[in-house]
Amino acid sequence: MSKTPVLTFSPEGIYCPAGDFYIDPWRRVDRALITHGHADHSRWGMGSYLATHDALPVMRHRLGDIVAEGIAYGEQRTIGDATVSFHPAGHVPGSAQIRVEVDGEVWVASGDYKVIDDGVSTPFEPVRCHHFITESTFGLPVFHWEPQEVVAQQINDWWRNCIANGKTAILGAYSLGKAQRLISMLDPSLGPILCHTAIENTNAVMRTQGIILPDTVLANKDVSAKTHAGAMVIAPPSALGSAWSKKFGPQESGFASGWMAMRGVRRRRAGDRGFIISDHADWAGLLWAIKQTEAENIYVTHGYTDIFARYLNENGYHAQVVPTQFEGESLDPKDDSGEAA
Amino acid sequence: MKAFAALFTAIDQSTKTTIKVNALSDYFQEADDIDKLWTIALFSGRRPKRAVTTTKLREWGAEVAGVPLWLFEECYPIVGDLAETIALVLPPNQTTDNRSLSQWITDLREVYKADDEAKKAFVLDAWARLGGTERFIFNKLITGGMRVGVSQKLMTRALARATMRDESELAHRLMGNWHPDDTTWHALIEAEDASADASRPYPFYLAYAIEGGPDALETPEDWRAEWKWDGIRGQLILRGGEHFVWSRGEELMTDRFPELARAVDYLPDGTVLDGELLVWHAGEEYPASFNTLQPRIGRKTVPKKLLTDAPVVLHAYDLIEWQGADIRHLPFAERRAMLEQACKDLAPEAPVKLSPQLPFKTPADLHAYRDRARGAHAEGLMLKRADSPYLAGRKKGDWWKWKLAPLTIDAVMIYAQAGSGRRANLFTDYTFAVRDGDALVPFTKAYSGLTDKEFRQITTWVRKNTLQRFGPVRQVTPHHVFEIAFEGIQASPRHKSGVALRFPRMLRWRHDKPLSEANTLDDLNEMLRIFG
Repeated sequence: MSKTPVLTFSPEGIYCPAGDFYIDPWRRVDRALITHGHADHSRWGMGSYLATHDALPVMRHRLGDIVAEGIAYGEQRTIGDATVSFHPAGHVPGSAQIRVEVDGEVWVASGDYKVIDDGVSTPFEPVRCHHFITESTFGLPVFHWEPQEVVAQQINDWWRNCIANGKTAILGAYSLGKAQRLISMLDPSLGPILCHTAIENTNAVMRTQGIILPDTVLANKDVSAKTHAGAMVIAPPSALGSAWSKKFGPQESGFASGWMAMRGVRRRRAGDRGFIISDHADWAGLLWAIKQTEAENIYVTHGYTDIFARYLNENGYHAQVVPTQFEGESLDPKDDSGEAA
Repeated sequence: MKAFAALFTAIDQSTKTTIKVNALSDYFQEADDIDKLWTIALFSGRRPKRAVTTTKLREWGAEVAGVPLWLFEECYPIVGDLAETIALVLPPNQTTDNRSLSQWITDLREVYKADDEAKKAFVLDAWARLGGTERFIFNKLITGGMRVGVSQKLMTRALARATMRDESELAHRLMGNWHPDDTTWHALIEAEDASADASRPYPFYLAYAIEGGPDALETPEDWRAEWKWDGIRGQLILRGGEHFVWSRGEELMTDRFPELARAVDYLPDGTVLDGELLVWHAGEEYPASFNTLQPRIGRKTVPKKLLTDAPVVLHAYDLIEWQGADIRHLPFAERRAMLEQACKDLAPEAPVKLSPQLPFKTPADLHAYRDRARGAHAEGLMLKRADSPYLAGRKKGDWWKWKLAPLTIDAVMIYAQAGSGRRANLFTDYTFAVRDGDALVPFTKAYSGLTDKEFRQITTWVRKNTLQRFGPVRQVTPHHVFEIAFEGIQASPRHKSGVALRFPRMLRWRHDKPLSEANTLDDLNEMLRIFG
């Protein structure tokens, strides 16, 4: 049997011949379906965009004037000979897995996902399919995430400790998703929460779409350790240790990422403290999600692809690594207000 | 172990010296003597006898974690540390246990002679009891190498504060052969008689690099110059009719350099020399290159042929103990005069030679020496103030090293490999090639010299420009040119290019140079001809 697969992997990105569209394309194409607003999935220059209603505001904020259409989770849409629908991926607010069905065969491109409820994103929902495209950013058994309340307590304890020592706590986090999740974990009774411009802008977008966050203050030029003593500052990682951060006086810096699970990375990147928290699934989360899909064919994209695919193959799946040119996501946390981890 | 785990965490999660010293000092004031003793031991690279092989640890770790052994083995190089890999793959656990650090070590020692079943039961029980950092530390007690961001200097400072003792005296006490199994806190730190161990070396005095060269020396007449030899720094101790050889890394190397045993025939008992271990063939004007010394470093015992091929001498440049007395407080010029006196009757076949001083009047004379350094197989000059005492550790002001500018070559990156540990998710290990017509000939690897930011940029680039994978190694599009710096070049039949470099590293990323401007194999061979 040599029919065309529902989804193929081309230099432009994941392509659906039956519907003539791309999912999270790399290069400029006419019709793009976007799993979520992070820059390595949602790029500039597509003829048209289709994304969830919750993902669109941030995409518009980042990409400017784009031709885009929103879709609700679970809503079915016919594109050419394909039926598509978007399902919660739990990665960041608005993030989706994209289900594509052609002639009864179902493929799911999951984008980035995590399986626990983070309090700000619509929680992950497994989608039954025949073919499942998964990431493997943290696809090694050394990665295990603590429950969110445990990490929340660690961060608040650290903040409390900083206040006791007359210091400002500065926590580095990516501006879309991770930052808002962390803000929602903070105990606002401890002190003021200050946000770097890049983050406060995204907060504003998310608040208008109904996501509830504690009060935050834009850390503009009038804000400093003098005006806001005992503050927690949320900033993109690149702002840590920069001239901008100096105005917060004596300070400790922290960094929140799944990579902080490794002591070596923690020591290289973390400043004073590293908190292990990620918007990607850990080892157990990946395996659970894959099992829930009931898919037999697994395509592994980002991260420890070779190792993860081998493990899946030994455990009854037919897994393959998607060719290298698609490996766009940096394994290392990016310095700009980017994604990952 | 809770207190030790808390100390470890405090040190490990901070980059600030004051916080580390405070944490250590607090610990040294509160912990039991035996725990303090073990803490100093662990942080200075000493460890309990290994009770369990790492092979068994891996097997049991994978078994308890419920992952196949191959998968565990894949994780290990990515994490970069066996103890940590095991701690991470095991089912998570936040429990703790009341046994002290030294109690755990005692318990470990007790299973040393037990059979594998009993060992396994002990280890699995410990893993089940201990969570988080404590589990990691337990694994470290078995695998060894508790490397944490504490230098000997910091630890000594904290000890000095906690015990109200003199820092340099403590530094000396911590040197040498001691092990917690055969000493006590009192004997090591507090006892009046610090000379208990005949092999105990002095802390080495280390020089800083001089910025801007010797022209900055205001009064040249107050300074002394010598070649900076390219060998291994060593301390030769002659006490109680025995001899001991220590490396700068505080490793006892006596058995590796049997030639030095004859030193007792030429020099009196109660003598300690500081100098450079070098391969020097009889009758030659200069020592052989560092490469010839290399085979001697790894060998614990030396075959006869190697002894003949690569005979080692100690080139002495300082005298720090004479007639059993510590003379480190004397001015360098005085120590030097005593050293010359001690060495004046040395026979040519003696395993100790006097490192000559280089007479000079002006900085210009020093520049002239430095221009000749490579020919003398030296890696630069040492400048020492005539009135300087012999200090402990790296101190600024009295001793300077003035190294040669490295040799450099512009090369093309052709392979990249991810690092481990600190660099686990970055491509940091590269293979470089020179051009040979249309072909590219690999000639060296390099790992260091770039900033974290540059490593991240290259990592992103490598992911998008991988041509082929060979296991962990990626062949990448030849595109980026780097300036490679190195200290020396030698012919090497083992390498495809025919050369081996000494201490290669990346000096800078040459964004400005296209592939076509990288150096060629002919250029490399020309360097070999001139400097090899």
